[in-house]
Amino acid sequence: MRKLLLPSIIIIAASLLLIRIFYLQVINDTFKLKSENNAIKIQYDYPERGYIYDRNGKLLVANQPSYDIMVIPREIKNLDTLEFCKLLDVTKEDFLEKIAKAKIYSPRLPSIFLPQLNKSEYAAFQEKIRKFEGFYVQKRSLRDYEVDFGANIFGFITQVNDRIIEKHPYYKSGDLIGKQGVEEYYEDILRGIKGVKYFQKDKYNRLIGSYKEGKYDTIAVPGEDINLTIDAEIQRYGEQLMINKRGGIVAIEPKTGEILALVTAPSYDPAILVGRQRSKNYTLLYRDSIANPLYDRSLLAEYPPGSPFKILTGLVGLQENVIDEHTSFMCHHGFSYAPGRFMRCHGFGPHQLNNGIYNSCNSYFANVYLRIIGKYRNTPYAVDTWSNHVKSFGLGQFMGYDLPTGRRGKVPNSKLYKKIYPDWHYSGKTIISNSIGQGEVLMTPIQLANMMATVANEGYYYTPHIIKKIKGERIDAKFKEKHTTTIDKQYFKPVIQGLFDVYNFGTASALRVDGIDICGKTGTAENFAKIGGKRVQLEDHSIFVAFAPKDNPKIAIAIMVENGGFGSRIAGPIASLMIEKYLRKKITRIDLEKRVLGISLKDQYAKLGGMNEASAIETTPKDSISLRKYKETKTNTVTDTTKKNN
Amino acid sequence: MKNQSVKKNIDWICIIIYSALVIMGWLNIYSSSLSSPEETYQKQLVFILLTIPLIFIILAVDGKFYEKYASVIYIIGLLSLAGLFVFGKTIKGQTNWYSFGSFGIQPSEFVKTATSLAIAKYLSDSQINLKDTNRQMQVLCILGLPILLIVPHDPGSALIYCMIIIVLYREGLPAWYIWTGFIAILLFVFTLIFEPIYVILFALITTIIVYFKSRLADRNIVASSILFVLMSGFVLSVDYVFDNVFKQHHRDRFNILLGKTVDLKGIGYNTNQSEIAIGSGGWFGKGFLEGTQTKGGFVPEQHTDYIFTTVGEEWGFIGSLVVVGLFVTLILRIIYLAERQKTKFSRVYGYCTAGILFIHFFVNIAMVIGVFPTIGVPLPFFSYGGSGLWGFTILLFIFLKMDANKVNEW
Repeated sequence: MRKLLLPSIIIIAASLLLIRIFYLQVINDTFKLKSENNAIKIQYDYPERGYIYDRNGKLLVANQPSYDIMVIPREIKNLDTLEFCKLLDVTKEDFLEKIAKAKIYSPRLPSIFLPQLNKSEYAAFQEKIRKFEGFYVQKRSLRDYEVDFGANIFGFITQVNDRIIEKHPYYKSGDLIGKQGVEEYYEDILRGIKGVKYFQKDKYNRLIGSYKEGKYDTIAVPGEDINLTIDAEIQRYGEQLMINKRGGIVAIEPKTGEILALVTAPSYDPAILVGRQRSKNYTLLYRDSIANPLYDRSLLAEYPPGSPFKILTGLVGLQENVIDEHTSFMCHHGFSYAPGRFMRCHGFGPHQLNNGIYNSCNSYFANVYLRIIGKYRNTPYAVDTWSNHVKSFGLGQFMGYDLPTGRRGKVPNSKLYKKIYPDWHYSGKTIISNSIGQGEVLMTPIQLANMMATVANEGYYYTPHIIKKIKGERIDAKFKEKHTTTIDKQYFKPVIQGLFDVYNFGTASALRVDGIDICGKTGTAENFAKIGGKRVQLEDHSIFVAFAPKDNPKIAIAIMVENGGFGSRIAGPIASLMIEKYLRKKITRIDLEKRVLGISLKDQYAKLGGMNEASAIETTPKDSISLRKYKETKTNTVTDTTKKNN
Repeated sequence: MKNQSVKKNIDWICIIIYSALVIMGWLNIYSSSLSSPEETYQKQLVFILLTIPLIFIILAVDGKFYEKYASVIYIIGLLSLAGLFVFGKTIKGQTNWYSFGSFGIQPSEFVKTATSLAIAKYLSDSQINLKDTNRQMQVLCILGLPILLIVPHDPGSALIYCMIIIVLYREGLPAWYIWTGFIAILLFVFTLIFEPIYVILFALITTIIVYFKSRLADRNIVASSILFVLMSGFVLSVDYVFDNVFKQHHRDRFNILLGKTVDLKGIGYNTNQSEIAIGSGGWFGKGFLEGTQTKGGFVPEQHTDYIFTTVGEEWGFIGSLVVVGLFVTLILRIIYLAERQKTKFSRVYGYCTAGILFIHFFVNIAMVIGVFPTIGVPLPFFSYGGSGLWGFTILLFIFLKMDANKVNEW
């Protein structure tokens, strides 16, 4: 048996060695990475980001060179910290903190020590760079904004965070990425593809040639330039008009669905999010939870549309054949639709479709709505019929436009009402507030604008979009696809006439622009806020929708000004001015312009001061009306959906 | 017609494996030397070519010569080691070189063969019985002398000779030597990992269990107590020696291995880099001359003691498997051949050859993959170096000559 000892030891020992080797080579895969870290140096070549132009070829966003100071912590040697800090104007504590942070990311891999130096800072540093072993400069291109508006459209450029790196392996720590706006949506096109060069390093960290003869190296692909559908002139003008106000403006070219202007207020100069002050400024913007300048109200704020929604009530009534142009309803300063329930109205006398629209008569549209819902014995079926008509205007759904944020809005259907009234038979009367654009209906400004574009087109729309041209590439086919509504073309004529008469005899008669036939509709939304525990009524939100000219419309527009008062006070004038600016390139209604520019709602907003986003703000829409008993039935649903929009 | 009989009777399996290992070794040295300015692969090629006449000489010499002059060879070997104290040249902290101009020779590589011959010669006397304590002492003396001479220069290499104990066990050395060695190693490792007091407690419990598990007739309270006291004394002295006698770099080698110290730039650098190189090889490796770690020269001493890292990195697990497989086959083949020897002399010598090759192979690879303290032991036939290559070639081919000659030994 003694013979067997040595062979046994040999076989056991060799097996143990193989197990360990197998573990090192096959099971544990951290060594591959470590090997790359210490033997391969990766150098990126960042291509220039594509430029952004407006619809007329005006340059909006270009690039400027910027220099990041990179650090490889383990290669820092004999650093004169004092001189280094002085040169770059950082404090010692700051320096230590940054180095510690870089070390946590990786002691071997480069991290950004100080981002986005300008040319002179770079020059000063470059002169002495040989003294600072472990540091080097990486050139990148930064955005250079040619205009001081459109921040919400462009979005901004930021460093990728860990979550993005994990999700998209393309990005490495310190890389830049577009956030919000077209920079985010068209990131892949604007960014291009960075080039990579692999170098073989030796143990002294010297480069000793390219890795595998450059087999894996790639050449940078530059970003492509894009043209937006935005008209720089009216975008700028819209933002100017919205100074000292909060809200949103969306203008669309009805024939194409191209977004002409997308204004949110308050906004900021896009240039403040570039350079070394970027993170400080971003924090300021981010922390302002009341004015919330980073929140794009034109896309995200869901408001009850109020009176402009009456347009759809009228159209659905005509399509369902429950009314015609001449159907008349009486209004007695309101409408008693059930015992003890009364909807107030400023009008009086008989109303038909035409003056129903231009007087914005609640009683008229409440009656129309009752007929729509009453058409079928099966109320849920009737509700869904109405709901489908409304949805065919692009409401209550994500519209599919090419911007990264958005909200669905809300169009109720029978399913929703089954939830709200689980064991109660509701009727048209129960949900009558839908007739005048309140109740459960919610819309974003872009949806309002799209609704107007659809009306202007007499029954179709193209998905709103902001991309006009990508160099060398056709834009997405979905933006060429016509969406037709469920309303027949013939029914639009009388409604459009009504909207036109809003300017002739109605709520916007003071807002006419000579020589331009505008069709529009005012809207007003009541809103309340809890200040110091007390429910306080704030100034109403001012809403206006319009398109022009009446024949062959070129622009459809929706305006929403928070706490702006009646629709015709601020939103209406803005609509007239924007339309004139777009169609004529100049302003004749100087009086209107002066008035709008002079209006500051700061005092109104100051009342909200000290409140944060989560505070309860209640909004109910109205058009010179209020709904009795409204609160009893709707409070819960309305407050839930509107809170965040203020 | 001697030559013809050698050609006919020599074990070609061993020769093929030997040649394969030498050639593979050279390819890996070639790859790893691309990162260094020295052209070690050219020198190694010369060394390899010179083994051819060397082999012919060994095979041409009469088979009886080695047995006849074993003692003389042994004494020359000892003298050459002793001479190092006077004429030795210090390279990398080890005074185990004679230098002749640009050419150096490492006598310890040849003393392995000399000692094996001496042990085989001693045991070949049929009168010798290793059950006899005197005989045990004598054979341990033969083994101990070269160890004593090597320890001052290169304590790690002394470990090589311990392998001969297992050969002696095959020839009748009492089993308790092996057990003592085994328990000593176990206690040594435990003492390094745990506090001595726990190890002593463990020894006590084991002793008690063994005592009560054994048959009544075998129980000896006195012997067990003495055994326990000896173990405790050993544990305490290991602890003492480790803390007070070992130098810091010796302690570091153990601490790194046990994960007590992490210092990837200093003393842990070697092991860390060699693990990275091997670990990054994956299943199939990065390909010949494509190893990034090898090219970057990250692994120190890569062409000598750390040559296996190149195998691991460029040839992957498959390559490692082949190399380990060839070594195991060669060593087992030698044992098989040794067992069929007609004379005790050649059997013992064959066993010594297998043992020495095995311990080098095992310690070297275990060190490179980070499961054994750093000891400067080359990988036979693979590592760069003329003395090493020739030493192992002589060791192996003397045995192959004996094996080929066995027909003539009637």
